[in-house]
Amino acid sequence: MTLALREPLIFDYSRRGRGARGQWPSVPAGSALDTIPAALRRSRRPLLPEVSELDAVRHYTRLSQLNFSIDTHFYPLGSCTMKYNPRACNAAALLPEFLGRHPLAPVEHGQGFLACLYELQEMLKAVTGMRAVALSPLAGAHGEFAGVAMIRAYHRARGDLARDEIIVPQAAHGTNPATATMCGCVAREVAVAPDGDADLAALRAAVGPKTAGIMLTNPSTLGVFERRIEEVAAIVHQAGGLLYYDGANLNAILGKVRPGDMGFDVIHMNLHKTFSTPHGGGGPGAGAVGVSARLQPFLPLPIVAREDSGSERAADGRQPQYRWLDERDLPQSIGRLTTFGGNAGVLLRAYVYMRMLGREGMRRVGEYASLNANYLSAQLQRAGFEAAYPARRASHEFILTLKQLQQQYGVSAMDVAKRLLDLGFHAPTTYFPQLIAECLLIEPTETESKQTLDAFVQAMAQILGEAQADPGQLHGAPHTLPVRRLDDVRAARELNLVYQQAAPGQQAAPG
Amino acid sequence: MPFIPHTEEDEREMLAAIGAPDIEALFDEIPPQLRVQSLDELPVGLTEFEVMQLMYARARQDGRALCFIGAGAYEHHIPAAVWSTITRGEFYSAYTPYQAEASQGTLQSIYEYQSMMASLTGMQVSNASLYDGATAVAEACLMAVRANRRAKAARILLPRSLHPHYRAVTLTAALNQGLQFETLAYARDGGHVSLEALAAHAAQDFTALVIQQPNFFGVLEDVDALTDWAHAREALVIAVVNPISLALLKPPGEWGAKGADIVVGDGQPLGCPLSSGGPYFGFMTTRMQHVRQMPGRIVGGTVDVDGRPGFSLTLQAREQHIRRAKATSNICTNQGLLMMAGTLYLSLMGAEGLARVAATSMARTEELLRALTAISGVRRIFDQPGFHEAVLSLDRPVAPVLAALAARGIQGGLDLSAYYPELGAALLVCATETKSSADIDAYARALSETLRPARAA
Repeated sequence: MTLALREPLIFDYSRRGRGARGQWPSVPAGSALDTIPAALRRSRRPLLPEVSELDAVRHYTRLSQLNFSIDTHFYPLGSCTMKYNPRACNAAALLPEFLGRHPLAPVEHGQGFLACLYELQEMLKAVTGMRAVALSPLAGAHGEFAGVAMIRAYHRARGDLARDEIIVPQAAHGTNPATATMCGCVAREVAVAPDGDADLAALRAAVGPKTAGIMLTNPSTLGVFERRIEEVAAIVHQAGGLLYYDGANLNAILGKVRPGDMGFDVIHMNLHKTFSTPHGGGGPGAGAVGVSARLQPFLPLPIVAREDSGSERAADGRQPQYRWLDERDLPQSIGRLTTFGGNAGVLLRAYVYMRMLGREGMRRVGEYASLNANYLSAQLQRAGFEAAYPARRASHEFILTLKQLQQQYGVSAMDVAKRLLDLGFHAPTTYFPQLIAECLLIEPTETESKQTLDAFVQAMAQILGEAQADPGQLHGAPHTLPVRRLDDVRAARELNLVYQQAAPGQQAAPG
Repeated sequence: MPFIPHTEEDEREMLAAIGAPDIEALFDEIPPQLRVQSLDELPVGLTEFEVMQLMYARARQDGRALCFIGAGAYEHHIPAAVWSTITRGEFYSAYTPYQAEASQGTLQSIYEYQSMMASLTGMQVSNASLYDGATAVAEACLMAVRANRRAKAARILLPRSLHPHYRAVTLTAALNQGLQFETLAYARDGGHVSLEALAAHAAQDFTALVIQQPNFFGVLEDVDALTDWAHAREALVIAVVNPISLALLKPPGEWGAKGADIVVGDGQPLGCPLSSGGPYFGFMTTRMQHVRQMPGRIVGGTVDVDGRPGFSLTLQAREQHIRRAKATSNICTNQGLLMMAGTLYLSLMGAEGLARVAATSMARTEELLRALTAISGVRRIFDQPGFHEAVLSLDRPVAPVLAALAARGIQGGLDLSAYYPELGAALLVCATETKSSADIDAYARALSETLRPARAA
């Protein structure tokens, strides 16, 4: 597709006295102001655009055209699971009754909505093998916070107050150690063995009476399944710690193996990855958490409960079937994590996705995500690229290391990533995990066809040829996008974070 | 196979290229005893038609009540152009703009959003959003501890008139890091934080004072006096505000002699539907001097190698993917699409439209209060001026009254008895520009009829 080259700021369209008047209430603001004490009133208008509806729609539509997205481009961003976002999920979540419902509305006016959430909890339990699920965390990192806070609450409730260390593998997502800090813990890194699995000797040396728990992804951030997971679980549990499952890579094993069966005590699921809710240019996500029996009392609030048909409440025919659990139901809860009950609209999208897939579709997710990743890995190796773990099966993603390209031609992983943009592909994740030199972490997802994968292999082969023939071409990439490589150092040194209105006769600030 | 495009031939060729006999072989590194035996607890798949029928039925079951609840989530008209634009696939299905050259649309939108929010709040810089209003308050408290090195104890003053869920979330989020919280009482006649209430803390060392304007009761605080009081004690001021109210109310950057230091709130009123509580977005703005302590994404303007202007994520050394355990927060995914909704909303409303929304909401609330307090047994509790929300007292327990109204399709407000038992039978009500005089009449009539039979008995 052709990208529009440049679009001015919305403020550049602004003209004093213009406005989208059809959107405004008809009564001017003046009269109501009398009830506000003079000292509390605003004296100068905020700098907001004065534009017509067409100005705004055209501007933001043109801006949208400067983006790559799943809908327009293959987006093999490792660890992010950029699969297709089915439109039905969005259509259902945007039904007016769902949009119009107030979070504090009586449950009598929300039985349809609550039924969806309850069934979502049940499906997530079944597919992860956990005992109970809470939906309120608003993103993966928020789910991590909930999980580690529960681990702390568990130890504290047992009077085990010394446990403040969270073990994370060297290659872990940055959120894992950051979460440990936010929960008042110390992150302790352990090494990874050369074959990509855990270094059990290092782990044994790291655990002890201060161990609160370990945070793991499986398949790991190295794109391989942690084969010694049962031994890892035994070592950590014997030391008195708990196991946290970072669900970033759940797509790889969906329907094939469950975190609960691997011995994990608490997990978070990125519904915006595995269950296909849109990434929205940086959220909203949803980071539902699941727990084993021993952590169930500590789950964050609120949670949706269904009254059993035999219960006292349900026997009274006037009582609604679904309700929110609160502090009275879960007195040991870590408490409330969100203003209301979570990213409800995201949860509805995930619910619709799971209902459409059903049990057969859920299994196929892990299968075809793995098929695509292993195929892409095989074909890229045939094309001359080096896999970081050639002896291992790829999971739903895999790592290439471009260190030879770097040594021979001075072409970096960044150069390859930027050149891919020119060729119409979003770049894979670059320089993560930091353990692997000059790496690309590639995750095709199950929704891409063989033809798309073949085209990507072709583009990568072309880049390899360019590296040999004309490395300068790659250092300068991208060449065809709205901008070429940006000066990040200048962005950080000469901070330009907001538009400043130009004084009369002056030019507007750069932007 | 829903959403999986592989033909049988594709699959055969791909397995041959891998050198695997079948798909099962791709899972041969997983210990066999761990493999899933059955997924029978999951329902069978539905077609799109079937799932939409189910969702239509669930939506119909919930219906559309007439809503007079506010309490942190407000029903405003959302221009059609907001959601039709942001659900374009190029916004909806993109991810965090790590590849700046392929994400200029999202990046420029964030820059415009930062500019609008900074100006609306009277501050110098903004981040690209946080999760919601409550988590934004929690992050602001943690940020204040990093930013205010003068205070010895990590102690924060939280008014009891701050949204109770914001208080609860802040406690959940910050207690593990050793922060201490002190509660500031509100004046029983006015509902505001009085300077007398502050006197109890005058000699205490503390890091920051949180001020919500308007507060949870809808009451306007004397923000100038509170800000100056905190600054005189070398504490920071964290302002918690409703962005719509800022069209009319003094922006936090102008509170007192020096202005607030960190401003947060929930962006929901700006183009985000009520949607049972989310997704919304939290916002945060601050002074330039604190920008390196701010959590979340920040976008900056810069130039490319040819000198053309462009935008990129900046100050990333604050963030988890670079700084890991020493990051300002673990946040990465935030509420990008809702921030886009806010940006579209502010662009379409402008300063004048926003002021009209705020003023009309205030006028509707005044009309509602006049209609309801005309009913015997209903009176206003607080005598201070407010914005578009107020607390009423009833002459009997609130819950059965609300249940009777709900049965008539009216959500009459929020029962405060669980949150503020000291207020007795108290009800928090709100009307925005979406409520007509006919709606208000309908509520008043229903409430009058609900209260009447008990009085006759």
